[in-house]
Amino acid sequence: MPPGSPTSDPGALPRARATRGRWTGWWFLGPFMLVFVLVFIAPVVYSVYLSLFHTQMVGGTTFVGFDNYARAFTDGAFWAGLIRVGLFLLIQVPIMLAISLLVALAVDSGRLYGRDFFRISIFMPYAVPAVVASLMWGFMYGTRFGLVGNLNDFFGWNLPNLLSPDLVLLSIGNIVTWEFVGYNMLIFYAALRVVPASLYEAAAIDGAGQWRVVAAIKIPAIRGALVVATIFSIIGSFQLFNEPAILQSLAPNAISSSFTPNLYAYSLSFAGQQQNYSATIAIIMGVVTMIVAYVVQLRGMNKEA
Amino acid sequence: MVATPTLRVPAPRRSRLSTPSNPRRSPLLTVLTGVVLLYSLVPLFWLLINSTKNQRDLFSTFGLWFGSEFSLFENIGRALTYDDGIFVRWLGNTVLYVVAGAGGATLLAVLGGYALAKFDFPGKKAVFAVVIGAVAVPGTALAVPTFWMFSAMELTDTPWSVIIPSLISPFGLYLMWTFANQAIPGDLMEAARIDGASEFRTFWQVCLPLLAPGTVTVLLFTMVATWNNYFLPLIMLRDPDWYPLTLGLNQWNSQAGTAGGEAIFDLVLTGSLLTIIPLVIAFLFLQRFWQSGLAAGGVKE
Repeated sequence: MPPGSPTSDPGALPRARATRGRWTGWWFLGPFMLVFVLVFIAPVVYSVYLSLFHTQMVGGTTFVGFDNYARAFTDGAFWAGLIRVGLFLLIQVPIMLAISLLVALAVDSGRLYGRDFFRISIFMPYAVPAVVASLMWGFMYGTRFGLVGNLNDFFGWNLPNLLSPDLVLLSIGNIVTWEFVGYNMLIFYAALRVVPASLYEAAAIDGAGQWRVVAAIKIPAIRGALVVATIFSIIGSFQLFNEPAILQSLAPNAISSSFTPNLYAYSLSFAGQQQNYSATIAIIMGVVTMIVAYVVQLRGMNKEA
Repeated sequence: MVATPTLRVPAPRRSRLSTPSNPRRSPLLTVLTGVVLLYSLVPLFWLLINSTKNQRDLFSTFGLWFGSEFSLFENIGRALTYDDGIFVRWLGNTVLYVVAGAGGATLLAVLGGYALAKFDFPGKKAVFAVVIGAVAVPGTALAVPTFWMFSAMELTDTPWSVIIPSLISPFGLYLMWTFANQAIPGDLMEAARIDGASEFRTFWQVCLPLLAPGTVTVLLFTMVATWNNYFLPLIMLRDPDWYPLTLGLNQWNSQAGTAGGEAIFDLVLTGSLLTIIPLVIAFLFLQRFWQSGLAAGGVKE
């Protein structure tokens, strides 16, 4: 789709794009925005619309205003799921990001033997679909024939069942950590690579040790990447779906259909035929996520100043 | 959020001398980082080992070593032919979704990122606000409403219902925008225009080659996202003939739990291995290229 601006005009001035091509950018951005409106904007608008109605098998659809939101506010199952992902977020995300940061600093330090092997291998789990990761870890968690069971048999241990209701959130946290440690490590590492070498030279002249360089140069330099990774991890936690949904078949008693808000929205919509209430849950989660992500971004950027 | 556009190609920093930027190797640090390495690789090793076992050995032999028989090739053969070769069909579907979805998403992100980086146009600020805001909107929260919308448009249970939502990658757009900012000198574009090149030709022949590392980076990330997607096809598709691999594997797994269903855990594991191999290969072969793209453009704030 060639942009139809009259660029073949030989008399056009070099800076002419500002005047003659005022809309040229839209030729390139247009296709993206067209699909974006269809799969981002329209569903948001549609789900807001859905959330204001109530549909009954008998009686049809009626406008109910904010009744669905009021219902969510007092819905124990929704709150339990929200608190569960909140807990997950507070524990899993810091652990995962800390490991990622330490590995990124280790790889960047140049003090590792086989640096490239480390970088690529630790990143590799990111290529594994959540479905495969959950199945694999789910099998390994098994006390009967999984790796945990093997260890119990071999050493005479009595490791607890990682798929029991008490421990399943921890087990999911481990899967998510495994999947994304390498991804976040790579984001941090890429940011570390563009720190100007002159900064390190200056630090060396000042006699700064390695820890000082890490604290005073490297971490401040990648604060932006840290904030971005934190925000993506928060979004990921609030959206938690794949891992619990897959593990459900291996641990049906530990993972209910409202284990996470997203699983709840899915169950309401597809098993419960409650699309209006499901849309309401989706919107509330979207708003909660955006608020938390926004606060983190503000705080992260403020520290920079 | 983005610093001045300077293109910085990461140079090889290390030589043999021990200087602040070239420190001595540390066995202790290597061992400590090795713990994370083991954590990352042991499950993959477990998968590889257990793909070589038949169902009996799977349950009766130690998980981190081979069973009494080496059944890898037999397992692969059975996985590919089970249920009239449905796995091959799923593989084909996945490839279709990746080529159309990730390919399309990359194309749209490259065009859009280029526009945002290199043109001033009415509405640009609004686009930024909306699209960057959309990065924070949980994609999966949108999937359920998208399903109802697509359902009304009679698009569900068709490949379109998976491909169309895959076409948008706000992160890809962001990545391309920062990359294009740094990789394309404005003077070069002006020179092309003075020579009489059309906007399209300037983009295609002058700018696109410069965008190659960023494009590969975005392509790999959208490829992974599409290849590994589970939630979207789960919602959109009913007919197993349109399933991608992820959905198919889970169906095989849950088959054991259904009444009269045959337990085929050996095929689930072998199928899982077959599912991850293409991406692992893509990452290994293209790593230099896409990592330089990530470093040069992506995450620099």
